[in-house]
Amino acid sequence: MVQVMKRRRTEKEPSSATAAPTPESKTRLIEAIPVPPGDPLETLLLSSGGPVGLRDLELESEALASIRGAGVELIVPLIGQGELLGALYLGPRLSDQPYSTDDRRLLGSLASQVAPAMKVAQLVREQQAEAKERERIHQELQVAALIQQTLLPKELPAIPGWHVDAFYRPARAVGGDFYDFIGLDDGRLGVVIGDVTDKGVPAALVMATCRSMLRAAAQRHTSPSAVLADVNEALVPEIPPAMFVTCLYAIIDTEAGELVFANAGHNLPYVRTADGVIELRATGMPLGLMPAMPYDEKSYSMASGEVMVLTSDGITEAHDPDGEMYGFSRLMSRVARKPSNDDMVAAVVRDLEEFTGADVEQEDDITLVVVRRTSSAQDSAETFEDTGRVLDTFTVASEEGNERIAIDRVTAVIVPLGLNSSRLERLKTAVGETVMNAMEHGNDNRPELDVGVEVSATEQSIIVRVTDRGGGRPIPEAMTPDLEAKLAGEQTPRGWGLFLIEQMVDDVRSTREGGAHTIELIMNREGST
Amino acid sequence: MESLFEATVAESDGGPVVVMSGTVNRAAKEALEAAYHEATSEPGRVLLDFSGADYINSTGIAVIVGILAMARAEDRVVAAFGLTDHYREVFNITRLADFMTIYDDETAAVAAR
Repeated sequence: MVQVMKRRRTEKEPSSATAAPTPESKTRLIEAIPVPPGDPLETLLLSSGGPVGLRDLELESEALASIRGAGVELIVPLIGQGELLGALYLGPRLSDQPYSTDDRRLLGSLASQVAPAMKVAQLVREQQAEAKERERIHQELQVAALIQQTLLPKELPAIPGWHVDAFYRPARAVGGDFYDFIGLDDGRLGVVIGDVTDKGVPAALVMATCRSMLRAAAQRHTSPSAVLADVNEALVPEIPPAMFVTCLYAIIDTEAGELVFANAGHNLPYVRTADGVIELRATGMPLGLMPAMPYDEKSYSMASGEVMVLTSDGITEAHDPDGEMYGFSRLMSRVARKPSNDDMVAAVVRDLEEFTGADVEQEDDITLVVVRRTSSAQDSAETFEDTGRVLDTFTVASEEGNERIAIDRVTAVIVPLGLNSSRLERLKTAVGETVMNAMEHGNDNRPELDVGVEVSATEQSIIVRVTDRGGGRPIPEAMTPDLEAKLAGEQTPRGWGLFLIEQMVDDVRSTREGGAHTIELIMNREGST
Repeated sequence: MESLFEATVAESDGGPVVVMSGTVNRAAKEALEAAYHEATSEPGRVLLDFSGADYINSTGIAVIVGILAMARAEDRVVAAFGLTDHYREVFNITRLADFMTIYDDETAAVAAR
């Protein structure tokens, strides 16, 4: 498109009949008339080599007709690098004389000097616009990534008898994946995985809104379907058109192993059982599409050793270099195989990377949440029945430092059993931390409340049971500490106790009777370390 | 039962050493931080000597994390020695060992300067 400007003599002063004509008033600026690309006039101007007079010009061109209609007599094309950058349109001379050869030469010379400057200006303007656009996209992605990173859980819940793990890797364009863990009353845990359609800041904002709505609804309702229905109602009027959120919400009773869940159009969770992988099906429309949607609610009882895998479609819809999709069946077959070290997250991510190729740019966010039941209350109950030989029972008052009394007494009982020194030291640390937790959380640091310790042994293992008196705060969910965040001052330096306990012994189980908690530390008598 | 925590500062060929003894728990915070500040009046590496630390619990780990955070904020290298095999394992599990080099003993720590 060519932009032009034209000066033309006025026949009459347009605004005032009484005003005396001035030299300026004899000229006027008229609207630029573009020469569309491909118009015969464009071809003519490009090949003209100088100004083109219109008086006797014959050419089938719509543009020419309009330009001529506007009173233009001479066109001076501005050509740079073979491209028509613009043109000067001139009406009749003020003297009414035709343009002379000298006039045309002068105008042609002027045009040849103006054209390169116009080309440069045009390029600079384009580059500035491109740079601005790149900067805008970059900033938008940064904002989107920041929103998501801020709102995703910093730590994972560590619940005795359960292992929870999660993985999130954003695509370059940052999609709308999210997951969340919501602590509920009575030791129940809410688990959320979701995906907002769209990418960038709009998706991140909807994700943030949806996450807040879910957290609030999770405290109001005990039923996952009611939570999703509630969030759907709240989201429908808020969400931009053509956007919606797929989301699975499950509530796990960590004591009983009972899982209740509802699904708003998200990938189905898989559970690896002793008999193979099953899908946990519950139907429901994605959130934010239509009001008054019902959500199916289902339950499943997770047995000890079973593992549930929640994924986003960034995994199942990833492609290999030949364009084949990773797909549900491949995911299912990966989940079916017990991974080394029981690390399902690493196993799925590795499998996916082997499929797509490690250096390929990720198409969409990848999110994975894994919940494994490591031991059940039934197991614990059986263990309690199979107490082995009780070696010692004692109590300590809930006073700081008394964990050392417990450690020394447990050590004295265990040393004769020949536990190797490395395992003995680990058990000592676990006992100390467990007793400290019982004093601080179970007994609220009240010295009049004691902590019970029982040491027993079977042929295979040494078992230390630590019981608080209840009434204090419930033992919090342990989180895998984020050392980087602690060192950066973003998190308290504390929060190592439950993590250490889990790392030190072979198994940790918990039971509750009345208000009192018993934590059972199990250390195998034979072990590599 | 509980051995009181003490922290003093000694000089070595490998730089200032914060020498700890007793129980490293939350009660050690003030003394350990004071010794750290004394040892770090000059730029350069600081060594933590755990030889005399007979017990370190999770609240003590939190105190050490606090020291590492201070060191990190001023770009100071922290190295440690004198840990038992068990606490060395604990420092590995908690990843504290990712943020300070752990040497077997003072000789190795000084030599590695």
